[in-house]
Amino acid sequence: MSIDLVALTVALITVSTPVLLAAIGELVVEKSGVLNLGVEGMMITGAVVGFVTAVETGSPTLAFLAGMGGGMALSLIFAVLTQLLLSNQVATGLALTLFGLGLSALLGVGYPGQTPPVVTDPFPAALAEILVVGPILFGHSLVTYLSVLLVAAVWYVLAFTRTGLILRAVGESHEAAHALGYKVVRIRILAILFGGACAGLGGAFLSVVRVQNWIEGMTAGAGWIALALVVFASWKPWRVLFGAYLFGGIAALQLRLQAAEIGVPVALLDASPYLVTIIVLVLISSDRSRAALNAPAALGRVFHASS
Amino acid sequence: MSALLEIKGLTKAYPGVVANDDVSFAIQPGEVHALLGENGAGKSTLVKMIYGLVRPDAGTMTLNGADYTPSEPRAARASGVAMVFQHFSLFEALSVAENIALGMEDPPKPRDLAQRIHDVSRTYGLPLDPARLVGDLSAGERQRVEIIRCLLQDPKLLIMDEPTSVLTPQEVEILFHTLRKLSAEGTAILYISHKLEEIRTLCDAATILRLGKVVGECTPREVSAAQMAEMMVGKSLSQPARDEAEPGEVLLTVAGLSMEPASPFGTPLRHVGLEVRAGEVLGIGGVAGNGQDELLAALSGERRSAPGAVEFKGAPIGDTGPEARRKLGLLCAPEERLGHAAAPDMSLTENAVLTGRVRKGLDQNGFVGWGKAKGFAEEIIARFDVRTPGPDVAARALSGGNLQKYVIGREILQDPDVLVVNQPTWGVDASAAAAIRQALLDLAQNGAAVIVISQDLDELLEISDRFCALNEGRLSAPRPARGLSMEEIGLMLGGAHDMHEVEAAQ
Amino acid sequence: MIRLEKRPTPSRFWSLSTPVIAVILTMIAGGLMFAALGQDPVEAIRVIFWDPLFHPQFASYSRPQLLVKAGPLILIAIGLSLGFRAGIWNIGAEGQYIIGAICGAAFGLALYPSENILIFPGMVIVGALGGWAWAMIPGILKTRFRTNEILVSLLLVYVAEAILASAATNWLRNPEARGFPGSRNLARHPGTDNPELIAGTGMHWGVVAAFIAVIAAYVLLNRHVLGYQIKLAGQAPRAARFAGVEPTRLVLLCLGVSGALAGMAGLFEVSGPAGQISIDFNSGYGFTAIIVAFLGRLHPVGILLAGLLMALTYIGGELAQLMLGVPAPAIQAFQGMLLFFLLALDVLSNFRIRFGTGRAAA
Repeated sequence: MSIDLVALTVALITVSTPVLLAAIGELVVEKSGVLNLGVEGMMITGAVVGFVTAVETGSPTLAFLAGMGGGMALSLIFAVLTQLLLSNQVATGLALTLFGLGLSALLGVGYPGQTPPVVTDPFPAALAEILVVGPILFGHSLVTYLSVLLVAAVWYVLAFTRTGLILRAVGESHEAAHALGYKVVRIRILAILFGGACAGLGGAFLSVVRVQNWIEGMTAGAGWIALALVVFASWKPWRVLFGAYLFGGIAALQLRLQAAEIGVPVALLDASPYLVTIIVLVLISSDRSRAALNAPAALGRVFHASS
Repeated sequence: MSALLEIKGLTKAYPGVVANDDVSFAIQPGEVHALLGENGAGKSTLVKMIYGLVRPDAGTMTLNGADYTPSEPRAARASGVAMVFQHFSLFEALSVAENIALGMEDPPKPRDLAQRIHDVSRTYGLPLDPARLVGDLSAGERQRVEIIRCLLQDPKLLIMDEPTSVLTPQEVEILFHTLRKLSAEGTAILYISHKLEEIRTLCDAATILRLGKVVGECTPREVSAAQMAEMMVGKSLSQPARDEAEPGEVLLTVAGLSMEPASPFGTPLRHVGLEVRAGEVLGIGGVAGNGQDELLAALSGERRSAPGAVEFKGAPIGDTGPEARRKLGLLCAPEERLGHAAAPDMSLTENAVLTGRVRKGLDQNGFVGWGKAKGFAEEIIARFDVRTPGPDVAARALSGGNLQKYVIGREILQDPDVLVVNQPTWGVDASAAAAIRQALLDLAQNGAAVIVISQDLDELLEISDRFCALNEGRLSAPRPARGLSMEEIGLMLGGAHDMHEVEAAQ
Repeated sequence: MIRLEKRPTPSRFWSLSTPVIAVILTMIAGGLMFAALGQDPVEAIRVIFWDPLFHPQFASYSRPQLLVKAGPLILIAIGLSLGFRAGIWNIGAEGQYIIGAICGAAFGLALYPSENILIFPGMVIVGALGGWAWAMIPGILKTRFRTNEILVSLLLVYVAEAILASAATNWLRNPEARGFPGSRNLARHPGTDNPELIAGTGMHWGVVAAFIAVIAAYVLLNRHVLGYQIKLAGQAPRAARFAGVEPTRLVLLCLGVSGALAGMAGLFEVSGPAGQISIDFNSGYGFTAIIVAFLGRLHPVGILLAGLLMALTYIGGELAQLMLGVPAPAIQAFQGMLLFFLLALDVLSNFRIRFGTGRAAA
């Protein structure tokens, strides 16, 4: 049995990208104090909308934009319900996931098996042929590079800008932010929409670039893993990147092990990304001091300005 | 002299209550103006209107001769009005500098801001490190963050909402020093309080509110505290009374109690020891955030300790839960009424079951007897004069004072051997507060031991037999409450440390 | 300007009538969705809500299906509602349902071909234990390591599906099926079958269990101290600890009960309507039950009604697929919409809507 490490690394990055995008979006949402459990629903909606657009227009760019739009549209429902109508965030997020799964299946009727346009890579093919580093550094779609840039951007904005400071403040204590005159609801709605766009883009990447097909329920829990990654990363952007690649590595590795037909039961390999995610969650949450300090204090709490 | 801020006919109504009714008064430049009134008199609503958080239904405000209608706090700050809040305006997980930047319109670059914080804190004698997390600061230091945040914007009017409720007597001195300096520089201060002596020392003028209306104005230095109290309350209140009695046997002993905090910014308890005897009231004073909540949790059984750390009538109970302690006769009433002592959305009947189940036999074989529970709720309502339409009303529908009477009444009517209360009269109107204090004294009179944890030193001196101070999770040795001066109490509360810093800064 | 004003006590009128309004609004919005799919909206709504019960030709087949489908939904939703009330979010009922079915079926198949009448009760118990054990994983992780139970219970669904795939194709496969996936048929073997108790009604032991669960939950929540503690922990966790409720015990209890009920539901399904362990015998009841629980406002009687309604949309959806060619997933989107409307309307029971000059803060 032999596993090609370079190919594995390339696969790892591709497998991770959708989860990474969704997770970095959710990180921003949670930093603003909102828990949106609808990531899976937004991702799968992005996947179907992106795929349909890709097939119909032949334009990957439009497909990615449409995927973002799809995710945002769903997140807007969540934003209206939780921020304006003050519904329970856990229940609404679950509803969003259930609705997204149904809606996506409905929108995608007739599309499984269709061929999307090929997405060209931004770097010339010659670069990608350099030994070892070529495929790893230059062999990806533009969205993959964008996802890493997005992590950097989120990190910078949260740590060094006034926008980031206000976002963190709102997530820390909405009463205090309100008392100082910040528009808590408006800020949170914008954060939710950003999260929706990221999840939608991740979904579109999954269907258009990675799988190049539409399959009902194809996200297979990726949205939930994205949510777990945010906890795993203790709400820190770079750790989200690390966590996503770790998860991608396990997912890519188990596929290869299955192909290699070694003696490990298939069920265990199939379940391994989920099992590893659970184990990592346990390790993180048992360290109480660290988890508690970074978690936004107002996470999941309903805000109503009683004036 | 023309007024800095002139208020005419301000009115604001909420469903079922008129919070402000045709309120008019004026503040002169450089004046320290007191806004005096009981809890619920409408002080908060009034200042929220001045600060742009609430919009009045009717009436006008003029600032420096121009129309003043702030639509949001930002607009108020831009016009030179700043406010120091009593609660709710700091972010624990953010640093001092970040907190200050959030309260400014165009904060300078972080490094310049740190320098300015340093300068202002030196000028006004308010030492503060810009890099520290607010969650790690004491209540007094947190207030400095708010004050400096305001001062950095050169306000013309500074609003202070109950600023001394979280301070030691020494810290109060420092604050007054700062405020006088500001006033001398021409900044007007609107000072909200219900503490009369303070107002007499500090303020140039006072406006008194009762039930949303202006009921009087005075120059505090020229009238007595009693006169102001009568204007504020509308009637004279009787002082709580009790007969002298020799304390009996020791009922509750705490020895060597140490406990790590449950939350990241909580206070650890360090070698706390105390004992209370039948028939006595032990007062525990201290500034907020020095371990009061943690001590109550350790006594109520919400947090467990080594068995011998807490002993009830000689039996170790440190590792037992709240139910077991209640059964023995150790009852508690925590500070936070809504969400801790009572469930906000549950009816008063359901809230009666919350602590009364075991001692009042409100259940049989695990099944709740709702009829009996309702009876108990009605008894509390009747005996403690709780103003409510009936026991089916949700707890959050009650006013602070009424709910507090209900909560304290619920414990007292269970005939405790030891009762521990935290902040029994916090945010409660004067007549309810007097009734609660009297009830606690009566309980002690009848042979129970009572521990009162409070930040209100006047209250503690009024009702305790012995007094000890809680400071950073450590409890001082008790001293007889009678004859204790504010100066001595201040030293017990650990204010001395800060005094040195100020002297060094000046 | 519209603004919300918190009611001193939640409105009883609105909390009872919002589910009805939500259903009506969903019908309207669903009608629009069907219109967009090129269907006559009135026709589609009629096929979904009316025909399953009253269609001259299909009703005799579809009416019993109502109980067959409502049974597991109600059974699972009752369990979930206890946890949801206490603020404990088990959203992995689908996984507990699968594991319960596998465990119970494995017990029955291990004793094959015995027809002893004690086998079926044994299967029910083992099924419940299987679901319980699967739910204990997030329970213990939450109480020991404070790991988020939402994520763990959900992720375990995917693990359960992997186990199901291996059971159906490998270790529970029918040895006489010449390599086809799927276990022996439990429903056609005396001793392991969960039969229709009254012909033509769809009533099987799972439906009986669901009714018993409704009654038990009603008594628990309204009369028993434990039910009081569950409500207290959900509404005011700090007050619950002050009252002496042990959070650990409550987490394990709520997760355990909901897991056991979901496991039982899985066993009843696999030994009755589904008949065998196959790779996709689970039909998403564990997720739909979440909608049922909320639609029933976490109240046992409400859940009973909501379960029947949701079963109706399932059957109606199948009919619509058959008669009008409406795509199958439309009904899932429809159910999701129902939950949205309900959550949106919830605001009416806790807040008063005011129109006026007052400023909506924030």
